[in-house]
Amino acid sequence: MAAPAPILRMSGIGKQFPGVKALDGVDFRLLPGEVHALMGENGAGKSTLIKVLTGVYDIDAGEIELEGRRVAFSSPLAAQQAGISTVYQEVNLCANLSVAENIFIGREPRRFGRIQWQTMRRRATEILSRLDLDLDVSAPLTSYSLAIQQMVAIARAVDIDAKVLILDEPTSSLDADEVAQLFRVMRRLKEQGIAILFVSHFLDQIYEISDRMTILRNGTLVGEYLTSELSQVDLVGKMIGRELADLEKLEARPPAREAAPLVEADHLGRSGAIEPFTLTIHEGEVVGLAGLLGSGRTEVARLLFGADHAGTGSLKIGGEQVNLRTPRSAVSRKLAFCSENRRAEGLIPDLTVRENIILALQAARGWSRPIPRRKQDELVDKYIAALNIRPANPDQLIRNLSGGNQQKVLLARWLILEPRLLILDEPTRGIDVGAKAEIQRLVAELSDGGMAVLFISAELEEVLRLSHKVGVLRDRRLVAELDNDEGLTTDTLTETIASGARS
Amino acid sequence: MTGITGLLDRRRTVPQKYIPVLVTAGLFVAMFVAGGIRYENFATGQIILNVFIDNAFLLVVAVGMTFVILTGGIDLSVGSVVALATMLSASLLKDGWPAFAVMALVLVIGAVLGLAMGAIIHYFEIQPFIVTLAGMFLARGLCYTISTESIPIDNPTFTDIAQTRINFGGDLSVTPSALIAVAVVLIAAYVLHYTRLGRNVYATGGSEQSALLMGLPVARTKIAVYTISGFCSALGGLLFAFYSLSGYGLSAVGMELDAIAAVVIGGTLLTGGSGFLLGTVLGVLVLGLIQTIISFEGTLSSWWTKIFIGLLLFVFILLQRVFSGGSRRRAP
Amino acid sequence: MSRILKHRLFWPVVVLVALLLLNLVFTDGFFRIEMKEGHLYGSLIDIFRFGAPLILVATGMTLVIATSGIDLSVGSVVAIAGALACMRISDLSDQNSVAGVLSAVGIALVLSVVLGLWNGFLVAGIGIQPIIATLILMVAGRGLAQLITDGQITTVQSSSYKLIGGGYWLTLPFGIIIVAVVLALTAFLTRRLALGLLIESVGGNAEASRLAGISARGVLIMVYAFCGLCAGIAGLMISSNVSSADGNNAGLWIELDAILAVVIGGTPLSGGRFSLSGTVLGALIIQTLTTTIYSIGVPPETTLLFKALVVTIVCLIQSPAFRAKVFHRRRRPVPASTAPEEKVRVSA
Repeated sequence: MAAPAPILRMSGIGKQFPGVKALDGVDFRLLPGEVHALMGENGAGKSTLIKVLTGVYDIDAGEIELEGRRVAFSSPLAAQQAGISTVYQEVNLCANLSVAENIFIGREPRRFGRIQWQTMRRRATEILSRLDLDLDVSAPLTSYSLAIQQMVAIARAVDIDAKVLILDEPTSSLDADEVAQLFRVMRRLKEQGIAILFVSHFLDQIYEISDRMTILRNGTLVGEYLTSELSQVDLVGKMIGRELADLEKLEARPPAREAAPLVEADHLGRSGAIEPFTLTIHEGEVVGLAGLLGSGRTEVARLLFGADHAGTGSLKIGGEQVNLRTPRSAVSRKLAFCSENRRAEGLIPDLTVRENIILALQAARGWSRPIPRRKQDELVDKYIAALNIRPANPDQLIRNLSGGNQQKVLLARWLILEPRLLILDEPTRGIDVGAKAEIQRLVAELSDGGMAVLFISAELEEVLRLSHKVGVLRDRRLVAELDNDEGLTTDTLTETIASGARS
Repeated sequence: MTGITGLLDRRRTVPQKYIPVLVTAGLFVAMFVAGGIRYENFATGQIILNVFIDNAFLLVVAVGMTFVILTGGIDLSVGSVVALATMLSASLLKDGWPAFAVMALVLVIGAVLGLAMGAIIHYFEIQPFIVTLAGMFLARGLCYTISTESIPIDNPTFTDIAQTRINFGGDLSVTPSALIAVAVVLIAAYVLHYTRLGRNVYATGGSEQSALLMGLPVARTKIAVYTISGFCSALGGLLFAFYSLSGYGLSAVGMELDAIAAVVIGGTLLTGGSGFLLGTVLGVLVLGLIQTIISFEGTLSSWWTKIFIGLLLFVFILLQRVFSGGSRRRAP
Repeated sequence: MSRILKHRLFWPVVVLVALLLLNLVFTDGFFRIEMKEGHLYGSLIDIFRFGAPLILVATGMTLVIATSGIDLSVGSVVAIAGALACMRISDLSDQNSVAGVLSAVGIALVLSVVLGLWNGFLVAGIGIQPIIATLILMVAGRGLAQLITDGQITTVQSSSYKLIGGGYWLTLPFGIIIVAVVLALTAFLTRRLALGLLIESVGGNAEASRLAGISARGVLIMVYAFCGLCAGIAGLMISSNVSSADGNNAGLWIELDAILAVVIGGTPLSGGRFSLSGTVLGALIIQTLTTTIYSIGVPPETTLLFKALVVTIVCLIQSPAFRAKVFHRRRRPVPASTAPEEKVRVSA
């Protein structure tokens, strides 16, 4: 492939935050018509590089060239006008406005200063149909799913005559069909000569769509590679800077011991959320839940934890019939639930690591029985050490921690309760590879110690590696329950998810 | 290669955004009809026109408030700015300033005050509640510095405007102030619906962060809405001066609450990004009609107005929860 | 030194000290405290005495704001509590009867708690935004207070009732003692017991708190009820001090002063972390400001101007954005990514 001249070239980029060197002498280039993956662990400097490029931050050192001309953007708007558009991880559109407005706001077709609504709707429909989307453009954006909202964001970006399109973790909340649709759109854009900068935590996706990748580590450049010439193992090694045997070590799981059933759900269901399902979890057993996003994985977890009320069926915990009306009553029965949505349903950002860790225990004891400070310090120090939480400062605000460490704090919050069942919903999503391995190892240890775990993950390898038994969900229904023996592979799982048949 | 129509899970929400306004309109009609049945001489066009006449200033102030609330902000200073406008007009007129110079100056001062508050809110990231509260103290304090007494206005231009009646034929007539208020409403509705500024107001209220990332001029928009609100308050103050022909530092105490109540009853969400100007107009009319009914009733004491307004607020907020609450809940 | 500078109460303390020093310059013996007839007198005592209702209301408000709520109705509750107590006392055959006054006070306080529960129910039970939920009672409550007193200013002649707002006990104004007790109790509940952690947690993230097993609803209702109680006590104090109840003007704008006191004291309106001592400091600043204006001979008409000025200064100094822009003249690097992120979520 004769390399055309890069459309974007960043050289020697440096960016300093108080106490942190976020970027140090990073070079980066982007060729027209390529999908270029930006890789690195959390905190490697990916988002800083993107923010520097799009004018959210100033740079302290280095220079940026767009089409051979030196540029320095003062704001995302300036970057956009120069042809660099960004679609962020969480859709950054105004959900209260209509689809058409979201595509055109800020550059609405006008005559004598008056917005031409007709023209705007017509053009919006055209633009969307070019991306195979057929939407009612005058409907508010809220009425569409997240995936559609993302496509609208891309439609907006592309229509602003983008030369460079930055997709910052666009796939983290999409299911497989939606990802496929997104990739179709990306390929189409690529054919039109648009350079796409793509960030994702899903390695399979990177290998499917990207042509080239740039790897960052701790704010410095590791290197630029052709995707076809770098194996996944090498990639991971370069990202974390050490050989990753950890992920492999867990492969050999001892078979589940025969133990007493801890949780027995009998035709438990909630209309509109999950069809009635029957599931038994034994002590010391890891039950994995596999299925696409929106298949009802989270809903199963929420019902078992009392976060939502069950409409039908019954639930037994330790052989006793229970009716979980609130998470509070679940906690009192020693159930614990780590939500997939860390920021909205887990963290209390203004509180310290210590307070976040003791929160559930304190809630269980009630406000009139405070945990003595010495006991707090003891527990917190123990779990900071055991889970390797960094920085190991209990009085640090949790919002200042990286995603992986926040996740560990939330785990610690539940572990100090010594639960009998720990429900983990996507505990490893969006966190770096090192922390991921540590969390996986922890799950294995806990179950060896007799704790039951319900493990939900979009990554089938992970589910297979950890679980004794895998429940497969599809279209809000538990379609199969498979023992994790020699015969079960990611392929058979994928097939079950796809076909919905019990094997 | 099929489209992704299969993924569409659009719910029927299109008419939903109009429901709060329709409910308010229905309530207004119901109150009017009930009044007409209960009292003689109630169900006339002039009653409605009188509501416009008596509440022209509130309408203008509420228009400004609507802009601010649509961006998710709040402006507590409006009542004081109204009082300041009446005070400034009265004292400057007493000093022999020409009427139109006074009006222009008052409007400019109102706008500048709003501009300053908007700038502080945006650039120093202090909550609008606190900044406009300080603005409220400032404007009220300025009133008292001018005078603690009421100053009468005898300027001919002002008295002319106060006494002029514009006849619509029949027995129907309105004051110029009411027409000005209607003009303000129409202009504001046009701005909100047909100009970039207006759409940016909605976008900023929907999600300020998104608006910023979409490259919208959020700073300018936020500062603009407070400027508009300041301007509207000053204009409302002028209308109030026409209405009362005096300037008094204690006038329009608590008008910010009436304005906010009118906006809320009109179906605009205090969180921003959703609502219509027509709703605000209806909100003001409903508040005005309550007062009219209480004055027709005769035996009811004035404090029942407050209790009724409180009840109405409660009912409307409850209705809004019922209609919009369902769709705002956690969706998959 | 830099640690002191960074302490979040540093600037409020500076402002309070500056105000007090200003008084010292203009008023002889401003700091003098005398004993007359077994009572303590002095300007400092007066600041506490007159500031007592505000401190009370602001204490309740602090907890509400910590849950990321706001209570606009406290002024109305102040008026209602005073009105009800005075009406009950004026109906007594012997207005000085301790039992009668106690029952009047008791009924008024129970009603205040009920009004607080109503706010809590609207916020936590129905899920209405706090600012609107309490706006309802703010508007309607004034009407209710006037309804209770029938629009009149009700006066009472009761020495027992007078004690609450105007009397002395153990050489100190009784109001100060009440404030001290309420503050101590609040501090005990929130800091010694774990209520403070739960409140801050609910204020920081209500859904996450619920999933952690906290009864967020219960916490919210309790906090609003407590705020109503504080406002009720303040209302009794205010009406007792003047031996009358004025449904229209009692406690007018006290909610704004209380919110200001909380914000000046460093508790953000967005909820989460709260500081009780900051709130007391904030309330004292507001009260000292009023006293100062009288003592340095500024015409009282301009009180509000000074208030606006001080509020603006304190809030500006405490605003990180202001400090960054004015003192450092550098672009803020980190906050841009932390704070707004929470707002980004799209309600799909």
